[in-house]
Amino acid sequence: MSWGFLRDLLSGVNKYSTGIGRIWVAVVFLFRLLVYIAAAENIWKYEHDEFECNIKQPGCENVCFDHFFPISHIRLWALQLIVVSAPSLLVVFHVAYRENREKHHNQKLYRSPGERDGGLLCTYLISLILKTGFEIIFLVLFYKLYNGFKVPRLVKCDVRPCPNTVDCYISKPTEKMIFLCFLVATSCLCIVLNLSELSYLIFKYSLKCYLKKHIKKHQ
Amino acid sequence: MDWGALHTILGGVNKHSTSIGKIWLTVLFIFRIMILVVAAERVWGDEQDDFICNTLQPGCKNVCYDHFFPISHIRLWALQLIFVSTPALLVAMHVAYRRHEKKRQFRKGDQKCEYKDIEEIRRQRFHIDGSLWWTYTSSIFFRLVFEAVFMYAFYFMYDGFRMPRLMKCSAWPCPNIVDCFVSRPTEKTVFTIFMIAVSSICILLNVAELCYLLAKFFLRRSKKAGNQKQHPNHENKEETKQNEMNELISDSCQNTVIGFTS
Repeated sequence: MSWGFLRDLLSGVNKYSTGIGRIWVAVVFLFRLLVYIAAAENIWKYEHDEFECNIKQPGCENVCFDHFFPISHIRLWALQLIVVSAPSLLVVFHVAYRENREKHHNQKLYRSPGERDGGLLCTYLISLILKTGFEIIFLVLFYKLYNGFKVPRLVKCDVRPCPNTVDCYISKPTEKMIFLCFLVATSCLCIVLNLSELSYLIFKYSLKCYLKKHIKKHQ
Repeated sequence: MDWGALHTILGGVNKHSTSIGKIWLTVLFIFRIMILVVAAERVWGDEQDDFICNTLQPGCKNVCYDHFFPISHIRLWALQLIFVSTPALLVAMHVAYRRHEKKRQFRKGDQKCEYKDIEEIRRQRFHIDGSLWWTYTSSIFFRLVFEAVFMYAFYFMYDGFRMPRLMKCSAWPCPNIVDCFVSRPTEKTVFTIFMIAVSSICILLNVAELCYLLAKFFLRRSKKAGNQKQHPNHENKEETKQNEMNELISDSCQNTVIGFTS
């Protein structure tokens, strides 16, 4: 089980997506998943080993690291990728449910199980809303946990058993900040893509409904 | 998900590229991505562990390392490769869109559609003409821009392409000017020069491809203009027929719309 599973899942969703949805999948693959695996993971690899405090008191470094990093940036990033991709499963499940239903009744119930109409459209819209919601939640979480998106070079720690206020130095703060900014930028891009797709679908299908009603009135 | 997945995505684009584009893709995968994964990552693997400063002051090493390497070479290369590969996706999306349109025409039973079955549409190789030419040319242009930007960023951040053995650091909390020693500076210089050289080759290939596409475009235009001059009557007859058809289509469309609204 690895990121390949997520890649396969998203490729499956691609079939039932709009054009904007496919751009979203491409952005998630290339600018988030690939950057995470190829570059970002290695920056945070030895973060605890390289976290250094100006003190010989045993346990002080451990406690200070835990105090400033309740959950590491990189783990939060991975969680965000998984949670944000998960709502796409709803669409896949709904299509599978439709196909099963057709098989069970042994007749053609839908024009095409993958066509975005009726219930599948609602599922798709819900998945878009959930994706956007999760993105925003994780951005807010990042902001609140780390007091912004900056990674300082030096943090001052006075948690027991550190005897006084102790200087602790974070490793590679500039590089971490660059990649955090990259993460925030791609998240915002994904939010914009999701909102555009939502507006596009709502507009398209309201127009369709309106035209249908209009034709019925005149018939 | 790794570079292999990128290879799969870009491999699809390869079918619709020019010969220079295929050479560029091969150079990208063999001389850049493979070298990055197989060799360069190991050279930079222990970069902070083996970065040693001549001081016992805690925190001095961390701060000096961060000061001299705001972003590691290896990460910058990974980002460069990702950004440089991305414009090819524009072409992949355009080709997928064209295929989708042809499939739709085929399903409607359009007489104009010359394919025997869907499989043929899937396997077909599109020529770079019309709007696909513009997409392809823009993708090459963006590739060039990204390559140039990253090479400049490299040069600007590291004051050239050489990795020095010794760096003098006086950032706080280092007490004075402290000597810091970089691990494997010669090996890193060799790989840096290699990657820069291959980047330059890729830039040259992109420029050549751009020139080739522009030359082809202007040649085709002059051929068309030449043909028009030689057979004006024939072209006029074709044009009149097309105009008549267009009028018929627009008339029938108007009738349909009127039918809807009345």
